[in-house]
Amino acid sequence: MTLHPTSPHFKDNAHRAMADAQLQKALGNTRTGFIEKRALAMSKLPEFDALRDAARDIKNHTLAHLDLYLEAFEKKVVEAGGHVHFARTAEEANDIIVGLCKQYSAETVTKGKSMISEEIGLNAAIEAAGMKAVETDLGEYIIQLRHETPSHIIAPAIHLNKEQVEQDFRRVHTDLPKERDLSQPTQLLTEARGVLREKFLAADVGITGANFLIAETGTSIIVTNEGNGDLTQTLPETHIVVASIEKLVPTLEDASQLLRVLARSATGQDMSVYTTFSTGPRRAADVDGPQNYHVILLDNGRSSMLGGEFEEMLRCIRCGACMNHCPVYHAVGGHAYGWVYPGPMGAVLTPSLIGVEKGGNLPNASTFCGRCEEACPVRIPLPKLMRHWREREFERNLSPAVARYGLSAWAVFAKRPKLYRIATSVAMRVLGFAGRRKGRFASLPFAGGWTKFRDMPAPQGRTFQEQWRDRGGAR
Amino acid sequence: MPDSKTRPRVGLFATCLVDLFRPSVGFAAAKLLDDAGCSVVVPSQTCCGQPAFNSGDRRTTREIAEQVIAAFDDCDYVVAPSGSCAGMMAKHYPELFAGEPDMAARANAFAAKTHELVSFLTDVMGMQSVLAQFDGTVTYHDSCSGLRELGVKSQPRKLLETVRGLDLVEMNESDVCCGFGGTFAVKYGEISAAIAGKKTANVAASEAHVLLAGDLGCLMNMAGKLSREGKTIAVRHVAEVLAGMTDDPPIGVARDA
Repeated sequence: MTLHPTSPHFKDNAHRAMADAQLQKALGNTRTGFIEKRALAMSKLPEFDALRDAARDIKNHTLAHLDLYLEAFEKKVVEAGGHVHFARTAEEANDIIVGLCKQYSAETVTKGKSMISEEIGLNAAIEAAGMKAVETDLGEYIIQLRHETPSHIIAPAIHLNKEQVEQDFRRVHTDLPKERDLSQPTQLLTEARGVLREKFLAADVGITGANFLIAETGTSIIVTNEGNGDLTQTLPETHIVVASIEKLVPTLEDASQLLRVLARSATGQDMSVYTTFSTGPRRAADVDGPQNYHVILLDNGRSSMLGGEFEEMLRCIRCGACMNHCPVYHAVGGHAYGWVYPGPMGAVLTPSLIGVEKGGNLPNASTFCGRCEEACPVRIPLPKLMRHWREREFERNLSPAVARYGLSAWAVFAKRPKLYRIATSVAMRVLGFAGRRKGRFASLPFAGGWTKFRDMPAPQGRTFQEQWRDRGGAR
Repeated sequence: MPDSKTRPRVGLFATCLVDLFRPSVGFAAAKLLDDAGCSVVVPSQTCCGQPAFNSGDRRTTREIAEQVIAAFDDCDYVVAPSGSCAGMMAKHYPELFAGEPDMAARANAFAAKTHELVSFLTDVMGMQSVLAQFDGTVTYHDSCSGLRELGVKSQPRKLLETVRGLDLVEMNESDVCCGFGGTFAVKYGEISAAIAGKKTANVAASEAHVLLAGDLGCLMNMAGKLSREGKTIAVRHVAEVLAGMTDDPPIGVARDA
């Protein structure tokens, strides 16, 4: 069972988020960090824009031939001694993974950070089958302790402050001395490392996602900064990779190109600290590595995006730059979006995966400022795709009735210049007269969405076109 | 100054917000265009269609776009004192008619002759300076569509620097959205105002007395937020200052205040 979406209640979620002082503090701390680091990394690489074009082209090519590359990838994984499983839905993926865990008599399952596992609700499925799932990425570990979901695709606990983490560690790590000092982030990190080290050694199965899958070699790649992914996939007897089908790229060379834009766009690093390639299980001469290697390829709605107007969204390499640059995300944080993927990429992807009936709020909650598209390393036209969702909603009468009536009333005038001229001439005189004392309105009928939160400047009075005519201006 | 034969015929697309709320910006734009050597006409007009376009109503958008394209048919250029409306006409009209033999060509030709006011003055008409005086410290907000769709960033600053008495200071995050977003400001008013609050904090921190921008929607949003917060920073369209036409009170301030 995947996460129950609260996206239909986006406005309420956002309202709560904006009233949450702890959250606002955490968001304030992060509003500029990612942006400055990315800008610096870009400035040091003159070919960055050319690399973005190349990255876009690689993904476009792969998507156009995805069937071929999926087959080629499967063949190579099998040749290397691994197994490939195709899952149409979240339920199928969970069934396959839980089945494998049972087959290998797993008790403890460690996990590297994976948004796909969030999308399919994998932890819940593993726990329901009586096994223990342990997140090993620090941010994921923290939110697992709190029974929360990630609020950012690369920084899952970015909505928290260190004081909150300290409280959680004291609540859960009860076998450690009560008087220990946890006031510094490094102390929190050290404590988590100690606790997680035991889990790594105890784990029977390690599950990771994949940043890329390489068709040429049957390789899965993970990119991390903590090294937890390596311990997750190397130490246990079995390594299971769960990844969605659009993670495919044709060759090692292609993956290298994409890696050059990924970390720079995400954290501003030239490369992440660990970029790890896994090809099949341990070979005879290898000193370590898993005995068993499985890849679950998840569709979950993606194949139906191929060839359609949302196909470009499948280029996404999950760097998070769009949300890092999004004023709406900065204001409300990731949880307000109400499902797995927040920010601009989530606003496009969510309706594709859970339906526009449930996800329709998200593509509407954008000012179309265009900063996301400007930052996207694979040049996804996010505002355009959000607008396409609005078009689908409009066609199907899904947009709110008030908005529809307002729009059609406005259209009556916008389409008829003469009528517009007469109506606005009267309306602006009235409004201008009403607002003449203060120059603004603190409340206005039909504009409560505006005036509840800020004043509405009053019009000057007579319209420009009326005055232009009166002065004998050329038309 | 070129004579009337060589003066390009420029259709001023005032934008509905300027037409209705702040006609003085329209007159300032007309003066600047005239100063730059243009022959200014104001064809009958309503709106560029952006509210419909961004609400997913393609049919209404197309009808409005056809009407605008026809109204400005005999103009050499179409100029709007707004990056948002100019962006709609120059970047999105062609999308609306892509692949339609007759209309695609007309929309493309229309788009090619459409410009945002300040960048038109500098980049097309070659204006280097203005003959205006404005005493005060101003800061300039880059409205999103002008900045990202049309590349308007250095042009207004360049002209502002030639205004006598004017001191331009940069605020932090001048290129970050003010939260307006057209219908977004009403549909998601609370979020819109929260974003505006970050902008007004940056404006206040710049210690400028006057906030300028090139889009009336953004200006009304920021002015409305500033006055709700009790901040007395004057808000004006950049064209008013460049044209030296600042007799009208700032946005949201009463005439007899």
